[in-house]
Amino acid sequence: MYPDNLRYTKEHEWVRVESGTGTIGITDHAQHELGDIVYVDLPKIGATIDQGKTIGSVESVKAVSDIYSPVSGEVVEINEMLTQSPEKLNEDPHGAAWLVKVRLTSPEEIKSLMSAADYQTYIGA
Amino acid sequence: MLATLGLDSLDGLYAHLPAEVKLNRPLNIAPGKSEFDIVDYFRRQADRNAVGFASFLGAGAYSHFRPVLCDVVASRGEFLTSYTPYQAEMAQGTLTTIFEFQTMICQLTGMDVANASMYDGSTAAPEAAMMAVRVTGRHKVLAAKTVHPEYRAVLNTYFKYQGLPVTEFGYDGATGCIDLADLESKLDKDTAAVLIQSPNFFGCVEDWKKAAELAHKHGALLVYLFSEAVSLGILEPPRDADIVAGEMQSFAHPPSYGGPYAGIIATKEKFMRQLPGRLAGETKDSNGNRAFCLTLSTREQHIRREKATSNICTNQALIALMATVFMSVYGKQGLRELAEQNIAKTQYLAKGLKRRFSGSVFNEFVASAGAQTPQAINDALLGKKIVGGLDLARFYPELSGCMLLCATEMVKREHIDAVHEAFR
Amino acid sequence: MPGKTRQHISQNEPLLFEISSPGKRGYQLPDLDVPQVDPAEALGAANARQEIEHFPEVSELEIIRHFTRLSTWNYAIDLGMFPLGSCTMKYNPRVNEQVARTEGLLWAHPYQPASVSQGAMEIMSQLESALAEITGMDAVTLEPAAGAHGELTGVLLIRALLEHRGKARKKIIIPDSAHGTNPATAAMVGYSVTNLKSNAEGTIDLAELARLVDDETAALMVTNPNTVGIFEKDIVKATEIMHSKGALVYMDGANMNALVGLARPGDFGIDVMHLNLHKTFSTPHGGGGPGSGAVAVKKHLEPFLPVPRLKRVKDMFEFDYDRPLSIGKVRAFYGNYGVLIRALAYIMAHGGPGLRVATLDALLNANYIRKGLENHYDMPFTSPSMHECVFSHDRQEAKGVRTGDIAKRLIDYGFHPYTVSFPMIVHGAIMIEPTETEGKQELDLFIQAMIDIANEIDTSPKLVLDAPHCTRTPRVDEVGAARKPVLRWKP
Repeated sequence: MYPDNLRYTKEHEWVRVESGTGTIGITDHAQHELGDIVYVDLPKIGATIDQGKTIGSVESVKAVSDIYSPVSGEVVEINEMLTQSPEKLNEDPHGAAWLVKVRLTSPEEIKSLMSAADYQTYIGA
Repeated sequence: MLATLGLDSLDGLYAHLPAEVKLNRPLNIAPGKSEFDIVDYFRRQADRNAVGFASFLGAGAYSHFRPVLCDVVASRGEFLTSYTPYQAEMAQGTLTTIFEFQTMICQLTGMDVANASMYDGSTAAPEAAMMAVRVTGRHKVLAAKTVHPEYRAVLNTYFKYQGLPVTEFGYDGATGCIDLADLESKLDKDTAAVLIQSPNFFGCVEDWKKAAELAHKHGALLVYLFSEAVSLGILEPPRDADIVAGEMQSFAHPPSYGGPYAGIIATKEKFMRQLPGRLAGETKDSNGNRAFCLTLSTREQHIRREKATSNICTNQALIALMATVFMSVYGKQGLRELAEQNIAKTQYLAKGLKRRFSGSVFNEFVASAGAQTPQAINDALLGKKIVGGLDLARFYPELSGCMLLCATEMVKREHIDAVHEAFR
Repeated sequence: MPGKTRQHISQNEPLLFEISSPGKRGYQLPDLDVPQVDPAEALGAANARQEIEHFPEVSELEIIRHFTRLSTWNYAIDLGMFPLGSCTMKYNPRVNEQVARTEGLLWAHPYQPASVSQGAMEIMSQLESALAEITGMDAVTLEPAAGAHGELTGVLLIRALLEHRGKARKKIIIPDSAHGTNPATAAMVGYSVTNLKSNAEGTIDLAELARLVDDETAALMVTNPNTVGIFEKDIVKATEIMHSKGALVYMDGANMNALVGLARPGDFGIDVMHLNLHKTFSTPHGGGGPGSGAVAVKKHLEPFLPVPRLKRVKDMFEFDYDRPLSIGKVRAFYGNYGVLIRALAYIMAHGGPGLRVATLDALLNANYIRKGLENHYDMPFTSPSMHECVFSHDRQEAKGVRTGDIAKRLIDYGFHPYTVSFPMIVHGAIMIEPTETEGKQELDLFIQAMIDIANEIDTSPKLVLDAPHCTRTPRVDEVGAARKPVLRWKP
């Protein structure tokens, strides 16, 4: 369920780092807790983001959940598909429904995040 | 019922309240009165007011005839005594009327989306300005001096404690319309919104196209305010505005000493998620039939709490319903004819008086009292059971000796002739 | 089908735009007694619009049928009990509607001279006095248009007073059981929100409050009775803690209908509060408004109240705008005047003794329901209930049925649902407020309906999960509505 090549936060985001770029998403646990997702609010390309700070939000009909960035860096790409089809976040949160891609400014931050095994223990899965 | 609860008196129900908070005496309010006494009391109070007077007061509260159906519909218990339509399955009536209201507001204003009403025009103005602050990420607001003085006062109250500056820009002393040069000189990269009102407080129609051009050149939004909804029946809709906010009182609600009224905010689709207030949206029920429900609720305080677009919780559903009936009764053609009658009466009134400004007007305008004072003119009219105009010195010291007069379809030619007489 | 209801024909009805056709009309304007004017000439050709595209054109009969048919798709107090917790849906006496339409009041213009407005002002003065007496406060403003607007006014007053004393301070403490309007209001006045966790009894945790309050705390916003329907028994101590730090206490008066005639906020340390006239004093909710949020304050906040203030000079009322410390205006004119008339009529009809009995009856009804349901639904907080009682769906959730499902099933039994999932400190909240105006028969039917539903959940949970079954509109797709918003009709 929770891929080993991702690192996880306590606020239920994940990040996958490949050659200096981090892809950020929310976890399957997070989408399940929210229920049917109806809207995703993402930062603008070029925005500077800091680890642990809000970069957007995910909404269901009766709840809003802030997205906290797992890493610091500059936003280089956002997942446009989610503006048209927010439901994809319910279907494939660890894959096609990633949220943003970030050029990392502090790659060492990744060490502060949880492994898949730790995250599963954390959520009691 | 008391026995079921194991109590021998009603007082047992609050025996657990701490002694120091209990009120140990009866309320000092007279015992209950009969229906007859209550009706009689309010009639006696009402009779101390101007009853059966003709009125030339507008200034944000307009006297228009109210088609009988407005009250008939709004008096139905199913509308009057229902709650906010959170439970869509048993509130389709209210939800459908809200959807119709939203649609007609869009048709009138030229906007894409409209909310299901705000408290009134004066509070819709700051809510629209705060919306512009959120959209642009800027913090300064420019408001025209020709915006209703009480709307500007409310705007100031809402903004000053949030540390958001409101700057006013002036009007052209000849036309009574906004001073575009003054506006341009005050626009800068921190300006979130430019607020104009049309017809403005002096009754003059503003050039919203130029105002929008200037605002947009500096990356600010144009907020178009209105206090006289009947003007929408005849005026070109402000399509270049980014937000339209105003007062629906003219549509079916008498002045009622200042309230309750109903405000609205309408905007372009791209700003939809920054709209405050309730929204009804179309959807389907589980049988596949069209149905409506409240939607985009995550903007609102009951979900987003301190991060909400506004703290607003109620809307003015019943007043909005009356306005919806009003709009259906007059319809496409009637609203236009109604507006035309207002123009005709106003032009007839203006012909006999000295207008202070040259700008085009809808149903009110500023007249100079000439050798007399507004007070003297109003006193003379009051003796003839006519409420005259608003003495502008109260809000605009530079316009002392001038008064704001409004003529709707409710004033008769003989009343207008009496006003002409009083000015002589 | 359950006992209180039976199905009947419900008419379909298209939207106004769909029954519109060119040339139909439902109006007739009076004959014009002055010369006709070409609008393009009066307004300037560029300013006159051509037509209002797609605006409806319908006949009078079509209009009355349209809205009457739509009205039958609503549930209302006039049809039965409306037990929404915290919303106080009580009977709306019709005499209030009639007096609000008295000609000299309905057509009174807010700028008409004071000499021909004395009756209108007298009514405001009477209401101010009555509300001050009921709340035990020193002064009342009627200007705020609704409860949340009253909160805004109240917190602005707090900020103005603190600024006047030298420092506005930075934060407001709000219990986690509060209405969402409280934190939203604090934010609108530039305050950050500090969350106060409720204790095991669902009330204010005094030790935690004392720990949170500091020199940067402006106020505590408290609802009493709180949203779990429990009286904050430590309220006096809580206000003392706040006052000792130079902070103020705001009371959300949404539940004031539990206290009228029994206890007064002004006597237990509250500095400022609002009243929802559309709850406590029974002005109609009208499908969402208009309401009125009168604000009552103690003397030290009085100089900051919005302008104008009503004052009596000799035998005449006047509006006083010369108030240098005032926060300014929160709304044009003087408030939702028509709502004020209705509230005063309600107070006059009850009188002091009657208001107290109404409160006691509200307490009686809530506790009667609590007694009737406590063996069937879990109750997370067991302190004595005031005007409402809050259960949780914990027991039913084990069968896969949640509070929202039970609420929908209640519709089939002929009742409006209770308040669902609020307050948030109760997992799966079922919040019931019957108000004083329901009689024993309706209460017994409600209790039986809730028990029947509990039994259905044990035997056939699907029946509840798929409810409602008897409405003309079954469950609506709120997810679809939010994903692809359609907010207006288009041709």
